[in-house]
Amino acid sequence: MTAFLDNTLSGLALGAVYALVALGFVVIFKASGVLNFAQGSLLLLGGYLVAVLHDDLGFAGALAVAVLATGLLAGAVDRLLLQRGGPDPAAAPVQTIVTIGVDIVLVTELSRRIGGDLLSLGDPWGDAVTEIGPVTVADSRIAAIAVSAVVIGAVFALFRFTPWGLSLRAAAEDTEAAALMGVRLSRVRMLAWCLAGALAALAAVFLAAFPAPGLERTTGQIALKAFPAAILGGMASPAGALAGSLVIGLTEAFVAGYQSDLHVLGEGVGDVAPYAVMIAVLLVRPTGLFGAKGAVRV
Amino acid sequence: MSDPIRRTVRLLPPVLLLVALPFYLDAFWLRIGLFSMAAAIGAVGLGLLCGTAGQLSLGHAFFLAVGAYGYTWFAGDPGLGLPPLLALLLAVLLAGAAGGLFSPVAGRVKGIYLGVATLALVFLGHHVLLTADSVTGGFNGRSVPPLTVGSFAFDLEPQLVVLGVPFGAEERLWYLGLALFALTWWTARGLLRGRPGRALTALRDSETAASVMGVDVARYRSAAFVVSSMYAGLAGAFLALAFRRVVPDYFGLTLSVDYLAMIVIGGLGSVAGATAGAVFVTALPLLMTRYADQLPLVASPGTTDGGVGPTEAARYLYGAAIVVILLFAPDGLHGLVRRLRARLRRRTGPGRPPSAAAPGPAPAPTPSASAVRTKEHTP
Repeated sequence: MTAFLDNTLSGLALGAVYALVALGFVVIFKASGVLNFAQGSLLLLGGYLVAVLHDDLGFAGALAVAVLATGLLAGAVDRLLLQRGGPDPAAAPVQTIVTIGVDIVLVTELSRRIGGDLLSLGDPWGDAVTEIGPVTVADSRIAAIAVSAVVIGAVFALFRFTPWGLSLRAAAEDTEAAALMGVRLSRVRMLAWCLAGALAALAAVFLAAFPAPGLERTTGQIALKAFPAAILGGMASPAGALAGSLVIGLTEAFVAGYQSDLHVLGEGVGDVAPYAVMIAVLLVRPTGLFGAKGAVRV
Repeated sequence: MSDPIRRTVRLLPPVLLLVALPFYLDAFWLRIGLFSMAAAIGAVGLGLLCGTAGQLSLGHAFFLAVGAYGYTWFAGDPGLGLPPLLALLLAVLLAGAAGGLFSPVAGRVKGIYLGVATLALVFLGHHVLLTADSVTGGFNGRSVPPLTVGSFAFDLEPQLVVLGVPFGAEERLWYLGLALFALTWWTARGLLRGRPGRALTALRDSETAASVMGVDVARYRSAAFVVSSMYAGLAGAFLALAFRRVVPDYFGLTLSVDYLAMIVIGGLGSVAGATAGAVFVTALPLLMTRYADQLPLVASPGTTDGGVGPTEAARYLYGAAIVVILLFAPDGLHGLVRRLRARLRRRTGPGRPPSAAAPGPAPAPTPSASAVRTKEHTP
């Protein structure tokens, strides 16, 4: 029973962090139709900035700067590189590949700087733990769940209640009609990218916090696990991304937790289990759990 | 001159050049050529899927791995020990079968969803390669038996000298690669220009319209996936022959992304473009590493003073090249060449027959030419 609770909690914490990244994917996809391959390197950039700056600015200051800087960079990538030909949704596949180029450059630069080091982010939780009944939970995990819940709630409120959120939903529904109604597509897009970058930087903090050893150059690859999370829920649905992330987080935690009973499948099967779950879901629902099966008018 | 003859004459110089190259180049250049040919075969396959059928695949590395390991297992010692040529054929069929097994997903899931679904294949495949060490050799991989046809081996032994030039493994594999690539080029063009190519292009442009015209959507989608996997399997097997060793870590997500970059840099939906992209992506890092000491701002390999090493410089250039090429030519190198050619023709216009002055490729616009960036029709 303890093991079960333990796995559930670590799964939830993992899922909460994936949700931050997956929400970034979804926001960008909704606004521009682009699958952002640079999300992992943005995440790494955010973590790196926190690691470098926390000595001078303190953890909170460093985090604020990192979130802001990463968001701005993501916005700049969209505005200066992707939108050069205007916010044309038909160019989305090509723009997707451009993000691969951006990712390669960013990752190369950051891994050159990080090298083989493990960077500490100087987060306030350290390796403290809290006892909740029979289970012991790392404080960083509680923080991950709490902060993600607040931030994701705020993002949902942004979608629902702000003019920008309305514009975004309108643009995702029908780009042309939205443009005719006076939605400034390029600005809506750029803000979406800024938001996604900021979310990625925030996620980096929890991915590098205890029990993880610290920020490595491979930390950004964890963003790849948010791909199945986003797809699982339906690429254009924020609520789906949240649900998908929790499914992926719990799957990973449970498979890793009961690995000794699953040794037939080989070592490290927890890392690949999310992908198996994703394929299973796509077989039943080709557009994800919450994805709308769009009707086509001829 | 009639059209086929003219086309043959135009093809002759590059073919002769490719045939003559092993007599002049050393092993380093030949190896670049081998890897480029393997990449080109795989890229043409991926181009069929992404450019023509409009499906995104990030699983290409998995099918390359199936081809490479399939060949090694069919021909090698822990394995069936079949004649290598048969093993090569079986490896291609195995990759096709793997693509077919995935067809319940590939036939139904569209676009970006399929891209991420195939991402799963790479990770699951990598896991299997590491775990099933009785077949794959685990983390350290296994060595690849050389290809033999009759008593002729594509390897160092037996020694062979042609016109005073010693023919080692690279020289022999070069011709094998040329033959395989010619096969790829020919079959892919046939597919693109024939009925299947038209059906897939129609499917990409409008699924509804295509199905109304009688195109079986799910069947054509999975068929495109199977064919593309078979090309990947062939590329993987040839790559294994060129490397002489297969290791799981080579067939990672980076490789899949490289293939995607190849076809987009080259220009979607074109066989020639995919080939150009493949050569570009493959040769660039190798050349950068080789000539690192002559490049400005690049530290030579082995120095650890925190400068930019050749591998990193190659990565920077590669990433920047993707961005720059796509910013200035969203239809890739193929589109760039086509536009340059059209401009040249216009300049020399008056002397030419009127058909050549028209923009675009002169005779019989092929699906590959018209496939580039067709505008989405509005509902």
